[in-house]
Amino acid sequence: MVMTPAHSITSLNSEGSQKSADVIVIGAGIVGAMCAYFSIKAGLRTLVIDRSTVASGTTGAGEGNIMVSDKSPGPELELALISRDLWFEVGNDVGDSFELVAKGGIAIARHDPTSLFDFAKSQREAGVDCRVIDRSELYEREPFINRSIEHAVYYPQDGQCQPMLAAANILRHARTAGAQLIPHSDVLRIEKSKSSTGSLLKVHTTSGEYVAPYVINASGTWAGEIAERAGSSLPIMPRKGFILVTAPLPPKIFHKVYDSDYVDNVASSEADLQTSTVVEGTKSGTILIGASRQRVGYNKNIDVSVIKKLAQQATSLYPFLADTQLLRVYNGFRPYSPDHLPVIGEDFHVQVCITALAMKVQASGYLQPVAN
Amino acid sequence: MKTFQFQNKSIPFNEGDSVGAALLRAGIKSLRKSRINGEPRAMMCGIGQCFDCVVTIDGKPLQRACITPARDGAQVGIDESSAS
Repeated sequence: MVMTPAHSITSLNSEGSQKSADVIVIGAGIVGAMCAYFSIKAGLRTLVIDRSTVASGTTGAGEGNIMVSDKSPGPELELALISRDLWFEVGNDVGDSFELVAKGGIAIARHDPTSLFDFAKSQREAGVDCRVIDRSELYEREPFINRSIEHAVYYPQDGQCQPMLAAANILRHARTAGAQLIPHSDVLRIEKSKSSTGSLLKVHTTSGEYVAPYVINASGTWAGEIAERAGSSLPIMPRKGFILVTAPLPPKIFHKVYDSDYVDNVASSEADLQTSTVVEGTKSGTILIGASRQRVGYNKNIDVSVIKKLAQQATSLYPFLADTQLLRVYNGFRPYSPDHLPVIGEDFHVQVCITALAMKVQASGYLQPVAN
Repeated sequence: MKTFQFQNKSIPFNEGDSVGAALLRAGIKSLRKSRINGEPRAMMCGIGQCFDCVVTIDGKPLQRACITPARDGAQVGIDESSAS
């Protein structure tokens, strides 16, 4: 963590009615859970505060992507590569409890594959393990895919987890090691406070006051609001997405399979609706179908036209889906930053309020470099 | 009394009963086995949300017993469409 303990933090257990810690994590989603996991591992007294419960916000609406394949060469890809490996290290440590699987990704192009292949080449040069696969390998890997699809790139490093289980079990692991979780506690404001042992941050919440030399803002899509309550600002906006869930089936989709226009959509700055096909099976047998992106504030309304479009696109990729029943549809909000990059580092307006905001589940692994 | 068939048993029901309610009254709780561990599955939410009570009805899979009205002479069976 950019977290050189600059202050002595002994005997801070109780200053009046305040609770103290070495680090306070705001948000019990996947990022907060990972922060707690690495903080406690580093021997820091760790407090996790959430306005609701574990995985109740961004994480709870996530798909569990752990992807390197959709990232262009640059800082985010570098982090994603580190993060991806860390996920599997944490997975080993915590145990097989959150459906973590290195299933591999396949990006397909329906027509001209030039941009897909060029993109893969640039990623390969940046250290991503990927290669163009021919039709026979594609159909061997994905026997149920539409046979009109001929161009594909295979990314063995792409993985998936069940994000809610991941947050819950990683946090449970941290709590077993001494981390404390304070649910149903909304942060009202964060202010600097002096003490004999150095400068601290005081977090006022609906359940009381907590102090620590370091506060991590891991509140996902709501990170901008938390930053404001600390007297700072962060340009984070919600980006709405739908996911369709089918009835459980015997395994028929073996990788994370997506249309290569997905990459353009992820990187887009448009506010209007964009959809691109992402289809994958889960351990429980359901198939998840995404992905839509639109910036419509925190409007949770279900839009049937978006669902139809996603279903049509998925069906054109996997014809058998036409006869598959949907169980449900859910939507949620991704944190969107104008430069599309995760926001990690010290907030100089607040001095020691560290922001660790994930773009997707992925970024959780970013936290270890941060935690170090 | 009207009946439907479930695993070679005649299950009586009153007009307006759901398939699940009639099965429960007949003492049948487990409607299928889970896909991962083969554990018995029963109606859980009872309001169409959890999909734990799915059965086949006249050959059609993934019918939620809890919200599907029982029909005279229907063939209700164990849904193995999600079995691996």
